[in-house]
Amino acid sequence: MSEKSMTIIASKGTLDWAYPPFILSSTAAALGYNVNIFFTFYGLQLLKKNLSLSVSPLGNPGMPMPMGMDKWFPVLGTAIPGMQAMMTGMMKNTIKSKGVASVAELRKLCLEAEVKMIGCQMTIDLFDIKREDLIDEIELGGAATYLERAGESDINLFT
Amino acid sequence: MSDFDLELDARGLNCPLPILRAKKTLNSMTGGQVLKIVATDPGSVKDFEAFANQTGNELVESSEQSGEFHFLLKKLA
Repeated sequence: MSEKSMTIIASKGTLDWAYPPFILSSTAAALGYNVNIFFTFYGLQLLKKNLSLSVSPLGNPGMPMPMGMDKWFPVLGTAIPGMQAMMTGMMKNTIKSKGVASVAELRKLCLEAEVKMIGCQMTIDLFDIKREDLIDEIELGGAATYLERAGESDINLFT
Repeated sequence: MSDFDLELDARGLNCPLPILRAKKTLNSMTGGQVLKIVATDPGSVKDFEAFANQTGNELVESSEQSGEFHFLLKKLA
C-alpha cells in the first residue's frame, strides 16, 4: 500500500479546538499516513510543555451548558469572571467521564506515532514565545516549509 | 465467534482511542494473527471498517453483542 500523507494547519489555542488536529493526526498516523502539523498563531499553545488550555462560553452560542443554562442564561452572563474557569473545569470532567482522551495524551500518541510538528517561527517572534517553553520534539519553520509539505500531500486541512 | 490470538478491551474508550490501541496492539503481533477487540463506542463500527480498508488488515468479523461491539482483525501477512 503506497504511503499517503496529510498536513494540518493548527491555528487555534483553546481546549475544544485542540482536538481536531490531534485526533485526525493520531488516527492518520495509525492508518499509515505521513503527517505534518503546522502550528501558527494561537495554535502554538498546543505545543507548550505545560498545557493550560481553556474553553470559553463567551461568544460561543453552540456550546452546550449544564442544567440547560444555555437556554436561560443571559449572553452577558457568560462574561462573568470565573465563568471561563468553571466551564473549562466542567468540560474537562465531561471529557474524562466519556472516555475521551486528554489533549496531552493525544499529543503524546501523535509524537509516538512520529507525527511531525512544526512551530511557526514568525508567531514565536511575534508573541515572544520562548523556545524552551515548547516541547523539544518540534522543528521551527515558515510558510514555505509548510507549503512544500502540503504540495506533496493527499490531504491538507486548516483548523 | 472464531478463534483469536489476542484480546483488546477498548470498553469505555471514545474516538479515536479504540483505533489507536488496536493499531498499537497489532504492531506487537505477527502477520496472520487475529486480534479481538471489544468496544462500547458505536462509532467504532464504521471506524474499524475504514481502518481495515486503509491498512490492509482484514476485518474478519464485526458484530454487536448485548450493547458491545466485537471485532476480529486479522493482521496483514
